[in-house]
Amino acid sequence: MILSRREALVLALGSVAAAAIPMAALASVDDAVAAFTGGAAVTDGAGVTLTAPEIAENGNTVPVSVDAPGASAILILAAGNPTPAVATFNFGELAGAHMASTRIRLSKTQDVVAIAKLADGTFVRTSSEVKVTIGGCGG
Amino acid sequence: MANDVKPRVKVPKSAKAGEAVVLKTLISHPMESGQRKDKDGALIPRSIINRFTCDFNGKNVIDVTLEPAISTNPYIEFEAMIGEAGEFKFTWYDDDGSVYEDSKPIEFA
Repeated sequence: MILSRREALVLALGSVAAAAIPMAALASVDDAVAAFTGGAAVTDGAGVTLTAPEIAENGNTVPVSVDAPGASAILILAAGNPTPAVATFNFGELAGAHMASTRIRLSKTQDVVAIAKLADGTFVRTSSEVKVTIGGCGG
Repeated sequence: MANDVKPRVKVPKSAKAGEAVVLKTLISHPMESGQRKDKDGALIPRSIINRFTCDFNGKNVIDVTLEPAISTNPYIEFEAMIGEAGEFKFTWYDDDGSVYEDSKPIEFA
């Protein structure tokens, strides 16, 4: 199929618009991550566990728990919320297992991200998608 | 500002060596996110608990930074590893400057 110049323009504009919308939210997530890590690299995978429900009927109270053995701090972000930061857990010298549970608000279906600062100073991240039936940010 | 703020804390009666104790805390607080609007369309100003700490005999167990995305009546569950009897001290810091405190003793066997 050969695109006319007009069709090609429409397609290009469409893809730019589609890309721009999530970019705005992602940028603030990146800011929050950078503020937490100080610009250090974040690797995916082992070292941090995020437990969140697959489907949350009520976005006002979504139970989540994070667990990262030996971590000194864990940051939780909700990428689709108006303000992505959710909570930062800083573990002190008497912390037992480096885990914590809380209840959070999610405005819509989105990824919840947990980033842990491990004992050796490296950062690992994990994320989990939560489907939200009723958003939790009010009017 | 926030009325009827009541902290509730669940701490086991005693702890054993080498075993972590699970602490559960809840504080009644509206955690107004600053995103909601009242019926006239005006934004309701943010009013949340922005920090929670737990110490045991003066040593820090956990220090949590809370954001508006934490639910009403913030619930936090975590674990502590202690080596002696003593007292857990829980502190919540409100946006309006109020500080709410609670403490619970624990035995060590």
